[in-house]
Amino acid sequence: MKDTLILAIESSCDETAASVVKNGRTIMSNVISSQIALHTLYGGVVPEIASRKHIEKINQVIEQALSEANVSLDDLDAIGVTYGPGLVGALLVGVAEAKAIAYARKLPLVGVHHIEGHVSANYIEHPDLEPPFLCLIVSGGHTHLVIVKDYGEFEILGRTRDDAAGEAFDKVARAIGLGYPGGPKVDKLAKEGNADAIEFPRAKVGDNPYDFSFSGVKSAVLNYINNANMKGEEVNRADLAASFQKAVVDVLVEHTMLAAKNLGMNKIAIAGGVASNGALREAMQKACDENNYTFYRPSPIFCTDNAAMIGVAAYYEYQKGTRHGLDLNAVPNLKLGER
Amino acid sequence: MKILALDSSGIVASVAIIQDEILVAEYTINHKKTHSQTLLPMLDEVVKMTETDLNSIDAIAVAAGPGSFTGLRIGSATAKGLGLALDKPLVSVPTVEALAYNLYDHTALICPIMDARRSQVYTGIYRFENHEMVTVEGQMAVPMKELLDKLNEIGEPVTFLGDGVPVFQELIKENLKVPFAFAPAHVNKQRAAAVGALGALYYRNGKTEKASEHAPDYLRVSQAERERAEREKRAGE
Repeated sequence: MKDTLILAIESSCDETAASVVKNGRTIMSNVISSQIALHTLYGGVVPEIASRKHIEKINQVIEQALSEANVSLDDLDAIGVTYGPGLVGALLVGVAEAKAIAYARKLPLVGVHHIEGHVSANYIEHPDLEPPFLCLIVSGGHTHLVIVKDYGEFEILGRTRDDAAGEAFDKVARAIGLGYPGGPKVDKLAKEGNADAIEFPRAKVGDNPYDFSFSGVKSAVLNYINNANMKGEEVNRADLAASFQKAVVDVLVEHTMLAAKNLGMNKIAIAGGVASNGALREAMQKACDENNYTFYRPSPIFCTDNAAMIGVAAYYEYQKGTRHGLDLNAVPNLKLGER
Repeated sequence: MKILALDSSGIVASVAIIQDEILVAEYTINHKKTHSQTLLPMLDEVVKMTETDLNSIDAIAVAAGPGSFTGLRIGSATAKGLGLALDKPLVSVPTVEALAYNLYDHTALICPIMDARRSQVYTGIYRFENHEMVTVEGQMAVPMKELLDKLNEIGEPVTFLGDGVPVFQELIKENLKVPFAFAPAHVNKQRAAAVGALGALYYRNGKTEKASEHAPDYLRVSQAERERAEREKRAGE
């Protein structure tokens, strides 16, 4: 059978990325141009700066992805691109670029949901993984517990009622002076701390046992710091980071295990930027081992925003016949599972 | 020589194909700002209607700023994607210059004004001498009052055009001491034909760039950078 080659483009936030993916599972190239250093000055991603950087870098990133994969535009079968959710100005760069390339080369265009891309990152290193499975999606903008029923088909079991898990990490990181991006910095500092030093609340959310809430634990951390400051006490930042992280991870793992048990699912995956968090990976692995579930997680490089995962998701959409027109627009608040 | 031209710097979306001295096609819409959804379908329409083989074009000219930041990037990303896919060079045409070029061989000064918000305009001052456009003041972002002072100082008749006209008409009437006029509908907004005609000139003069190197010229830093600079300036005082 002839191979299917997809060029994928991702520009939804602060990484300009392109990748060539073969048959939905083999990554031929995965180029990421990160802007983190640029946004660190502002303590977070500045949409206009991100958009400007995307337009400067995008062609170089695409050309590098093609050359590292050793393929030309002639070899491609389709173009995949993230069209939401994300920062609208940033998304528009990738969308306009992808549409122009697809149009000029008469290639099919497949728009991809960014979070579906994150979920699909699990297929890259786990050739045996196929739906259905349970997936916990955790990033700076999302906290979703979903059943992946089929490729590109999701049932949302639970979601955050307020802050995303990654958002809580970023805010706590800022409060203890770690700066942006918060997740990896909290993770690193927490390794030196005692996770049982401070008891932070694990929020239960009323009617849906799979929903999350992280604003409570975030506020508790901020209050703890304020109280210590008022009393003139020194805060042990490592203990605080470790204890906060444990409070978040405990809830994430607990809800995932509850869903697995109730629904009789034995394949558990994690996805999204926070899926590279060391404590989360360890705790989820342990819980899965105890319950005899198989645990899937992408390598950290595929947890961060990247185009390889978009290429994987685009492949399965392409196989299903999904095609987008020249009028494809960026949809900053695109819902999971929406087409 | 065949030039494909795009302008999505303002509310207008415009696409044109120019071959030598002939405007083969131009499609201009001044309706709603949904360039992401309209620009490429418009190009497709023009290409189909004129049976153009995209591989036959020599360069892609694009209105490269100033203008709406997002609009500029939609035009630029479209041009860059086409340039990459077709292996063709880009020609960056300054938006204000292309606007002025609408009034070829005009006798009065030409002053395009684009509403830049915050009481400012993206503007420039141009005149034609011996059938060539000469820059009196290169494109800039300035308060409208400052532009009017400058025009009073030069003391010559001037014709305005651009989407800033309806916004600043009253201010012009109240403060301008030189004879002035406003360009009529067919030449008072962005037109890809002007971008293409000027782009062709640039192309002949070798002013092209690789698609990978192209980026818009916003004439302004982002709000976050501006505020940061202000903070630092205050801290330094």
